[in-house]
Amino acid sequence: MNLLLLIIIPLLTAVAALLSRNKQQVRWISFAGAVAQLILSIILYCAFTKERAGGNEAEMLFEQNYALFPAWHINFHLGVDGISIAMILLTSFVVVAGVLVSWNIEKMTKEFYFLLILLSLGAYGFFISLDLFVLFFFLEIAVIPKYLLIGIWGSGKKEYSANKLALMLMGGSALVLVGILGLYFSSGHSFDLLSLSKIKIAEDTQRIVFPLLFVGFGVFTAIFPLHTWVPDGHSSAPTAGSMFLAGISMKLGGYGCLRVAAYLMPEAAHQYSNIIIILSSIAILYGAFATMMQKDLKYINAYSSVSHCGFVLLGIGMLTTTAVTGAVMQMVSHGLMTALFFAVIGMIYDRTHTRQVSEMGGLMKVMPFISTVFFIVGLCSLGLPGLSGFVAEMTIFMGSWENASAFHRIATIAACMSIVVTAVYILRAIGQVAMGPIKKNQSQLRDATWNEKLAAIILVAGIIVIGIIPGWLNDLVRPAAEIIMNKIAGK
Amino acid sequence: MLNDFLILMKSELVITLIIFILLFIKIGKGMKNENLLPLLQVLLLVNFIAGFFFNKNGHLFGDMFYTNELIVFEKNILNLGVYLISLLCADWLKKTPHLPEFFMLMLSALLGMFFMISSGNLLMFYLALELASIPVAAMANFDLEKKRSSEGAMKMIFSSAFSSGILLFGISLIYGATGTISFAELPGQLDGSAFQILAFAMLIGAFAFKLSIVPFHLWTADVYEGSPIATTSFLSVISKGSIAFVFIAALYIPFQKMFETWYLMLVILAVITMIIGNLFALRQQNIKRFLAFSSIAQVGFILVGMSGYPDGTTAVVYFILIYVFSNLAAFGVASVISEHSGKENIDDYKGLYKTNPFLCWILTLALFSLAGIPPTAGFFGKLFLISSGAAKGAYWFVTVAALNMIISLYYYLRVVRAMFMDKNEQPVEKIKTNSTVKFALILCAAAIVLVGLLSWIYDYIQSLMN
Repeated sequence: MNLLLLIIIPLLTAVAALLSRNKQQVRWISFAGAVAQLILSIILYCAFTKERAGGNEAEMLFEQNYALFPAWHINFHLGVDGISIAMILLTSFVVVAGVLVSWNIEKMTKEFYFLLILLSLGAYGFFISLDLFVLFFFLEIAVIPKYLLIGIWGSGKKEYSANKLALMLMGGSALVLVGILGLYFSSGHSFDLLSLSKIKIAEDTQRIVFPLLFVGFGVFTAIFPLHTWVPDGHSSAPTAGSMFLAGISMKLGGYGCLRVAAYLMPEAAHQYSNIIIILSSIAILYGAFATMMQKDLKYINAYSSVSHCGFVLLGIGMLTTTAVTGAVMQMVSHGLMTALFFAVIGMIYDRTHTRQVSEMGGLMKVMPFISTVFFIVGLCSLGLPGLSGFVAEMTIFMGSWENASAFHRIATIAACMSIVVTAVYILRAIGQVAMGPIKKNQSQLRDATWNEKLAAIILVAGIIVIGIIPGWLNDLVRPAAEIIMNKIAGK
Repeated sequence: MLNDFLILMKSELVITLIIFILLFIKIGKGMKNENLLPLLQVLLLVNFIAGFFFNKNGHLFGDMFYTNELIVFEKNILNLGVYLISLLCADWLKKTPHLPEFFMLMLSALLGMFFMISSGNLLMFYLALELASIPVAAMANFDLEKKRSSEGAMKMIFSSAFSSGILLFGISLIYGATGTISFAELPGQLDGSAFQILAFAMLIGAFAFKLSIVPFHLWTADVYEGSPIATTSFLSVISKGSIAFVFIAALYIPFQKMFETWYLMLVILAVITMIIGNLFALRQQNIKRFLAFSSIAQVGFILVGMSGYPDGTTAVVYFILIYVFSNLAAFGVASVISEHSGKENIDDYKGLYKTNPFLCWILTLALFSLAGIPPTAGFFGKLFLISSGAAKGAYWFVTVAALNMIISLYYYLRVVRAMFMDKNEQPVEKIKTNSTVKFALILCAAAIVLVGLLSWIYDYIQSLMN
C-alpha cells in the first residue's frame, strides 16, 4: 500500500477541479475524487488489519522515507498506525459528505471545491506524516482554505469570524513551530517522530516545549480558554466549511496533542496532566452550559463541540490506555456526528432560511427524512447507547476511572455531569424544531434531495456502525494507544 | 591575466556592454519605446542566462575584487530580478519618455551592486555602494510630472548621503583601529576592543540605512510611495537583496571574530524591525506604502536568519531568491492596476475578484508567500530563517519572530479580504493584461509554488557555500 496515493489523489482532484470547464464538471470531479479517496482509505484499513493479523508488530506500517531538505535533516517520512488510520477513515467520510452537501453552491463553485479539497489534502498529509516539519507543513495548509471558505461563502459577520479563526489558528501553529524547533535543537537535530521517540529529551526542555506544543495544537481542538474562535467560525462558515472545520480540522489538534506532545515528552505529560484535566473539565462543563443558552442551531452545535472536544483532551490528560483509546474514538465519533449535525443544520437553513430554534416547529411532518437524521444525531450527541457517542464517552470514563486518586475521580464525575446538560439542550432543540405545531410559512418545504440524502446516510451509517459494533475501532486504536502509553509509563 | 579578467568579471562586463549598447542607441538615431523594450528584455534574458556559464573562482586587483560560485549565484538572482522588472513594469516603461536613460541608470546601479558583492576591501565596497545608490535616487524621480516623485528622490539622496557619511566614518575608524581595510586581513587585527566596536557599529548603521532597518527606516515609505513602481520594486527587491548579500558576507567573513557583538546587535535590530515594520503596515492604505512597511518587516526576518551563524547564509540567500519572486509578483500586480486605473489604495482593490480574477490569484499567492503560508515557497524561506535564528537556543527570540508572522498575516489578509470578500459598487474595471506582463506574472507564480517544493534548490545553495 503506497501512502503517497493519499496525497496524490486529492492533489489531482484539486488540479482537475481547477481545470474543469463548468460547475457540473467541478462537482462530479470532486465527488469522484472524494469517493476514490474513501475507497482508498477502506483499502488501507483492510491492508493494515491484514498486516497486523499477519504478525507485523512494527510501530508504523507502510513507511516511506525520502530526503527532502538534507541540510535541516528534514525527510518526507510517511507511515500509519491504528490511530492515523482511524483519523483517515473519519476524514474520507466527512469529505464525501461535505462534497455532496455543497452540491448547490453557485457562487464561485470551482474555487469552493478547490479549497475544500485543499483542506482535505492538508488533513490527510497531517495524519500520515512522521516528520515534524512535514506535519507542520500540512497543518498550516489546512488553515488558510478555512479563512477563504468562511470569508467568501460564509454568512453573518463572516469577515470577523474568518479573521479571528485564521489568526488564532496561525497563533496556535506559531507555538507549534517554536515547540518543534525546540525539539529539533534539543534532540541533536532531528525532526523525525520515530527517532525522537527513542531519545530521552531533557526534562528542563520538556517543561518548556510541552506546553508550547500542547497549547499550540490545543487551539485547534478548542482548549479552554482558547476556544473562542469555535462558535464564531462555525456559525459563519458555509455548511461544508463547518463540517470540515469541526469534523476534520479540530481533530488535527487532538491528534497533534497526543502524537507529538504527549508521545515525545512523557515526563512533561505526567507533570502537566493535572492542568490538562482541569482545563478540559472546564471546557466540557462550560461548553455544555454555554450551549444551554444558545438559540441559534449552529451556535448550539459549535458550543457543544467545545464540550465534546473537551472529552478528547480529558482522555489524553488521564494518561491511561483505555482513556486514550477513548479519546481517539471520541475524535472519530465526534467528527462524524458533528459533521452530520452541521449538514442537517445546513439543510434546514436552506429551506427555512433561519437558524433560530424558536422560529421553527413541526418539521418532522414537513421534512421527515431531515428530521429523522436530526433526531439520530441529537441522540448520538447526548450519548444514547447504540450510537457512536456513547461508545467513545463510555470508554473515556472507564479509562479515567482507572486513576484512583480523588482528583481524577472528581474530574470524571464532573465531566459525566455534562451529559445531563447535553440531554437538556439537545432534547429541547429537537423538541422545538421537529415536534409541535408547524409554523405557518414552513408547511410547504420539500424534503432532502438525493445528494443530501446520500451525505446523511453515509455519516449516519458511520455513527451506527461504530455504535453497534465498536470492537473493530477499539482493536484498531488500542494497540497504537498502548505503544504511546507504554512510553509515557516508562516501560 | 586578460583571460582571468574577462572571465572573473564576466557579469560586470556584460552589464557594461548593455549599458554601452543603450548609450549608442540613445545618441544615435534613437528607437521607439515599443521596439526598444523587447530588445532590452531579450538582452537582459541573455545576460541572465549567460550568468550560468564560464564561472570561475578567483580574485583580481590584489584582493580588491573576488568572486566564487556563491557570489555568481547571488548575481544571477539580481539579474533575474532585473529581467522580471523589465517584464512586469512593461506598461509603465513603454510610456516613459526616457526609457534608455531609465535602464542605463538601473543597470549602473546593478553594476554597482555587483562590484559591491564582489568587493574584498572596504574602499572598493564604499565606491560600489555609491555607484549602487546614486542612480537609484535619479530613478526615484522618474515620474517627472509628479511632485511626490521628486520629494522621494530628494529624501533618498539625503538619506544615502547621510548613510555614506556614516559608512566612511566607520571605515576610517576601522582603519585607525586595525591598520587595514582589506577583508582578508581584518580578522587577524580584530580584538573586540571598545574602539573597534564603535567603528563596527558605524558600519552596521550604514548597512541599516540601506536595508531600512528600524530605526534607520524613516526614508523608506515616502520614497517607495513617490517613486514609479518600477523603481520601487527595484529598490525593495534588488537593492535590498544585494545589501543583504554583502551584509551577510561582511559579518560572516571579516567580522566573524566579533560574533558575540554583532549577534546581540542583530537580535535587537531584528526584533524592533519586525515589530515596528509590522505595526506600521497594519494601518497603511496605499499599496506601495503597505509593501514598503511589509518589506521592512521582511528585512527583520532576514536579520533573524543572519543571526544564526553559520547556517544563516544559505537560509538568507534562499529567502531572497523567494522574496524576489513574491515581492515582484506583488509589485507587478500593483503596477498593472495602477497603470490601467490609476488606483493605488487597498480600498480600491475591493471587489477586484469579480473583474480581474487572474490578477487577484497572483496577488494572493504573492502575499501568502510573503506571509509564509504553505504550500508557497515563502513558508520554507521563513521557516529556515527562523530555524537558523533558533540555532543559538534563543527561544524567546524565535517566539517573537513566530508571533510577528501572525501580525503580518493579519495585514496581508486585509488585502485578500478586500479583493475577495468586500463589496464594491465600482470595482476596478476589467484589465486586459499585456502578454509579457502575464508571462512574467505566471513565471513568478510558478516559482512561488515550486521553489519551495523543489527542495534540491536549497541543497544547491548549501553546496555553493563550500
